[in-house]
Amino acid sequence: MLTEEIVQSIAKLARLRLSEGEATAFGRQLSAVLRSFNEISQVDTAGVEPLVTPSEITPRLRADVVEPAAGAEEIIANAPEKTGRLFKVPPVV
Amino acid sequence: MAYEAENEGFEAVIGLEIHAQLLTRSKIFCRDSTHFGAGDNENICPVCAGLPGALPVLNERVVEYAVKTGLALNCEIRRQSFFARKQYFYPDLPKGYQISQHDLPICGPGYVEFVSGGAKRRVSVTRAHLEEDAGKSTHHGDYSLINLNRSGIPLLEIVSGPDMRTAAEAADYARAIRGILRYLDVCDGNLEEGSLRCDVNVSVRHCGESALGTKVEIKNINSFRFIEKAIEYEIHRQTDCVLNGERVAQETRLYDPDKNRTFTMRAKEDAHDYRYFPDPDLLPVTVEKDWVEEIRSSLPELPLARAARFVAELQLPEYDATILTQERALADYFERAQEACGNPKAASNWIMTEVMRNLNESGTSIARAPVTAERLGKMIALIDKGVISGKIAKTVFSAMWADRGDPESIIAEKGLAQVTDAAAVGRIVDDVLAANPSQLESYRSGKDKLFGFFVGQVMKLSKGQANPELVNELLRKKLRE
Repeated sequence: MLTEEIVQSIAKLARLRLSEGEATAFGRQLSAVLRSFNEISQVDTAGVEPLVTPSEITPRLRADVVEPAAGAEEIIANAPEKTGRLFKVPPVV
Repeated sequence: MAYEAENEGFEAVIGLEIHAQLLTRSKIFCRDSTHFGAGDNENICPVCAGLPGALPVLNERVVEYAVKTGLALNCEIRRQSFFARKQYFYPDLPKGYQISQHDLPICGPGYVEFVSGGAKRRVSVTRAHLEEDAGKSTHHGDYSLINLNRSGIPLLEIVSGPDMRTAAEAADYARAIRGILRYLDVCDGNLEEGSLRCDVNVSVRHCGESALGTKVEIKNINSFRFIEKAIEYEIHRQTDCVLNGERVAQETRLYDPDKNRTFTMRAKEDAHDYRYFPDPDLLPVTVEKDWVEEIRSSLPELPLARAARFVAELQLPEYDATILTQERALADYFERAQEACGNPKAASNWIMTEVMRNLNESGTSIARAPVTAERLGKMIALIDKGVISGKIAKTVFSAMWADRGDPESIIAEKGLAQVTDAAAVGRIVDDVLAANPSQLESYRSGKDKLFGFFVGQVMKLSKGQANPELVNELLRKKLRE
């Protein structure tokens, strides 16, 4: 069972604000999920290579060529707040 | 190593994390330029600005440079490595995660060898992994501004083992890594501009203990001298802590060069839990053996090997060889100069004194030195042939530095060639003896030491151009008369 304390610290990392009721409810749900994974982890995987991706494809790499960033103006234009061409955000320091 | 004696009974354990910005044209996962001086948010696109739905595509040259560096650091190159998401919130990290490598990075364990304090040292490299840089934020009181030009610039993070014991050794390790990166031409190694960034981990323990003390991280030190000073300060601080019976807090600290001390940046207690997991947008990076071997065959001769060759083949002292091989361009310059004159030690002397001093004074890089290696070599050959004296050569060198001239034409133009004509030197000797009758008398009555006085007078009168051996010979002869 995930304690409310753990749920709150996960919420903090994800920048979520949870009420006490929500924390208890999510705690129950997350505990159920965790139990399922704990069951899976009972399987003996000795000698089995960890699977990172099910895909067997070798990726094609991109040649180191610059393409003028055509999207920059649009991205800047869509910013909710800006100063000149810089994005303006709430203070972080 | 002064503190070793002071902190009797304690030793420091030091490890370094070095972030090297790779010299690619485009970013690691998109085609935007990596150009340093670009306008605000000029080099951004949906990928590096973290717009939803944008997909990363790995730059081939990034992989090549990582493998190249890994080989130079004697690392195991993984055939398959993986990208993971390192998750934290900060406004200059637009996706909310940094694409990095967590377990199974591209370069596995290796080591680097370098000279420190006159002895060869070996430090283990735990790993070297690829990641993308974040953007840059500037803070203005009630708001912050974000520039994402740097977001997505390729970085290779090289992590050393906790193998170093002194501040000087750690700084020399960092210098060695920078030297190798520059030899490989994969990173320009500019600490001030941030294309090379150093984080240092320091702890202290009683000598003989094998367990590690509490580790403190010092972040973003921007010169090798400061690396050394920051570590020295930190060793003192932690030793004092332990001696006073206090606990060393696990934390991240910053170094303030003006005050020469470190201070708390953030306590590790609220350090981020990054919740790494494999990035589903990127397939494993596969590096086949053929490619690794192709890259291996393109590796240049590295500083340590080159220095060893200078000692073995050119009979340079180890000290000279170490200094001359720190920068590839300087070593190239030396090799060309010594080929042009056939006198390696003389070439080394001129480079380590006149050339390096002039470069420092004018803030010029060796690649732009007004005196080319070939001309320096030619001038040294002229000294060896007796055309000019070593003293006059300094005048020739200054003239070459000022006007980018050729030594022979400068010597001819300024009439600087040595006077080797016995009759001409003889006349000067006669004049000197005639002008100094009392000294002549003293000499002849036994004051042998005055010989040097006569040599000096002759050299002065000939403006330093009389051949010294000829002067000695003629003086000795005429003084006996």
